[in-house]
Amino acid sequence: MQKQEFTITAYTENQIGLINRIAIMFSRRKINIESLNTSPSEIEGIHRFTIVINETEEVVRKLCRQIEKQVEVLKAYYNTNDEIVWQEMGLYKVPTDIIAEKVKVERLLREFGARAVVIRKDYTVFETTGHREEIERLIKALEPYHLIEFVRSARVAIIKDSHGFHTKLKEFEKEEPGEEVIENEFLDKREQVFTM
Amino acid sequence: MSNATTTTIEPAIAAPDKATQTLSGSQAVLEACLAEGVTTIFGYPGGAIMPIYDALYDYADKLEHILVRHEQGGIHAAQGYARASGRTGVVFATSGPGATNLVTGLADALIDSTPLVCITGQVFAHLLGTDAFQEIDVINITTPVTKWNYQVTDATEIPAVLAKAFYIAGTGRPGPVLIDITKNAQLQKFDYEGYTPCNHIRSYRPKPIVRKEYVAEAAALINAAQKPFVIFGQGVVLGKAEQEFKTFIEKAGLPAAWTIMGMGAIPTNHPQAVGMLGMHGNYAPNVLTNECDVLIAIGMRFDDRVTGRLDKYAKQAKVIHLDIDPAEIDKNVKADIPVWGDCKETLPLLTALVEKKDRSSWLSEFRELEKKEQEQVITPELNPSSDTLTMGEVLKFINELTEGEAIMVTDVGQHQMVTCRYAHFNNSKSNITSGGLGTMGFGLPAAIGAKYGAPDKHVIAIIGDGGIQMTIQELGTIMQFGAAVKILILNNQFLGMVRQWQQLFHDKRYSFVNITSPNYVTVAKGYGIEGRTVDQRADLKAALKTMLDHPGAYLLEVMVGKENNVFPMVPQGCSVSEIRLS
Repeated sequence: MQKQEFTITAYTENQIGLINRIAIMFSRRKINIESLNTSPSEIEGIHRFTIVINETEEVVRKLCRQIEKQVEVLKAYYNTNDEIVWQEMGLYKVPTDIIAEKVKVERLLREFGARAVVIRKDYTVFETTGHREEIERLIKALEPYHLIEFVRSARVAIIKDSHGFHTKLKEFEKEEPGEEVIENEFLDKREQVFTM
Repeated sequence: MSNATTTTIEPAIAAPDKATQTLSGSQAVLEACLAEGVTTIFGYPGGAIMPIYDALYDYADKLEHILVRHEQGGIHAAQGYARASGRTGVVFATSGPGATNLVTGLADALIDSTPLVCITGQVFAHLLGTDAFQEIDVINITTPVTKWNYQVTDATEIPAVLAKAFYIAGTGRPGPVLIDITKNAQLQKFDYEGYTPCNHIRSYRPKPIVRKEYVAEAAALINAAQKPFVIFGQGVVLGKAEQEFKTFIEKAGLPAAWTIMGMGAIPTNHPQAVGMLGMHGNYAPNVLTNECDVLIAIGMRFDDRVTGRLDKYAKQAKVIHLDIDPAEIDKNVKADIPVWGDCKETLPLLTALVEKKDRSSWLSEFRELEKKEQEQVITPELNPSSDTLTMGEVLKFINELTEGEAIMVTDVGQHQMVTCRYAHFNNSKSNITSGGLGTMGFGLPAAIGAKYGAPDKHVIAIIGDGGIQMTIQELGTIMQFGAAVKILILNNQFLGMVRQWQQLFHDKRYSFVNITSPNYVTVAKGYGIEGRTVDQRADLKAALKTMLDHPGAYLLEVMVGKENNVFPMVPQGCSVSEIRLS
């Protein structure tokens, strides 16, 4: 059986130590977790784990049964990439002076649907969401412009064909920074920072 | 691990104040034990669990505490208690080294599905994470080896957490649970509102829903089969389904073989019993696993010691798998028909649908192969022609003297396999051994626990000269508490099973298996335990009778052949049908 990317979705109680209990199931089998996200779900006290691994379906199926066996786990599902809608987020920190001077950068940002999160005199942080390849393409594009730092989030995923248990859960609430912080002083002054 | 902390003086804790119902966390722990019907606790005190021990002083008339000599002995004793009684074993240990000494027993209990509640003391909550004296992250250390664990830092949590612990440990597929309680929570007083047993946890489904369509499919397959074969494990015992199981195999006329953990669920001399499966199991059930047309696995998990090479295991057979743990279905052997559920519920459903059949010609195929094993292995083992004593003949005499009524607790090694091969059992929960983990040192403390779990039974601990030296300190527990355990050491002056493997698979390179023993009888006498050594056949039966008739504990050392091997054997990496008779 061929290995491929699977996304495991587990609904759990909100319990200290559960993340370790679940993580060691992968490590004892020497399976590398490509991405792990935990998040509250709409039902209070129920959390949702989204775990991405590269494995055969047989192994993933057995893993899900073992995860589900844990006292605090309500349900565990696994899906191929075709069966889910998924996103990851990347943050990219680049020197503002270089960005401001390089016309091509803004075009790149438009191409990748990126946006500026923080703009300071010394650096600017961009954000983009998408599939891994899209996020990684932007790294490649920004590298020539002295990319200082890059981070990509874990995957979040919605199962397309969700029945039963899924219907009881609301969609995740995506938290965005609500307060205007001092670092964003140039955020609304686009024209003063960038030129076409 | 008795080093008490010197920085804090423990206040004396008074008995529960019934008027105000103000209890300390420690008292709440003991009230929970009482409410759960606990009568016996195995443990070892220390600084971080001292408030619980202080409270225990006032509960001495209701809760019997057995002071072991090492925490590993305590948890193995609780395992023996649980396995002999069918109830949840309870262990107390202090923080740090006290807790880490429990790890082997937790792992053993998890793999053998033994219900345990372990309570460990922990440093004050404000010291957590500061590398305080005897502080260790017991929750993370024990996570892989517990069914569930939890750290309590506030006394008000204790009643609900303990209720949850007992519920999780004893229901579904049982297992060990560890509750770590910080010292401040043990000392903290709170308004106690009584103890409510737990019978539901939102995210925990101890029993999967029985799919009756699969039961019907399974019955149809059995009815149509020419050579159906039952293999069963401890699930039958844990499900308290011995009678349901017997009715099922008798109605359908099925030959049935047990795993090491399922042994005793039906009497070993049952007309449809065909012996033990696995590496050192019987010839017929191993060979015929690869000839049956339907394999019905009940409450067993297809351990690699049972299956040998999976790619050559029962490939010709349709597999029906009954198990309470959905994760066991398809884990090792793909099931054609999965029957999820408690076998106490599923077996009667299956029995109702299977046809009554006489399958004596199929059963006679087992009996034919049995004759071969009898001739080549069993007769020479039980009735040896040389002067050297064999382990098998010791078991033969025990069978004659106990008539299948004793509880046998074994350690791990050749003596374990010989006992499981030759011991007769009339009753369930009579064969107590470390099956999945293979823990040397298990036998002696587990036998102590078994005696408390089944005080009216003869409890015979059968142990090798290697294993006894791993937990020999528990002779002190026997001495102090007068546990009437019969200790039978089968001494071959080797780590016998390792030596057997070295002989067969490593060109007789006997690397560090030659183990020297102390004078066990003298050691026993030092602990006030009677004993003797036997090395002549003429003395053996009488010595065993003396041991069994002795009113208290007794140690009998039998000097057996140094280089005797346990056969049959499925060599590692071979198919079960490649089982060797010599």
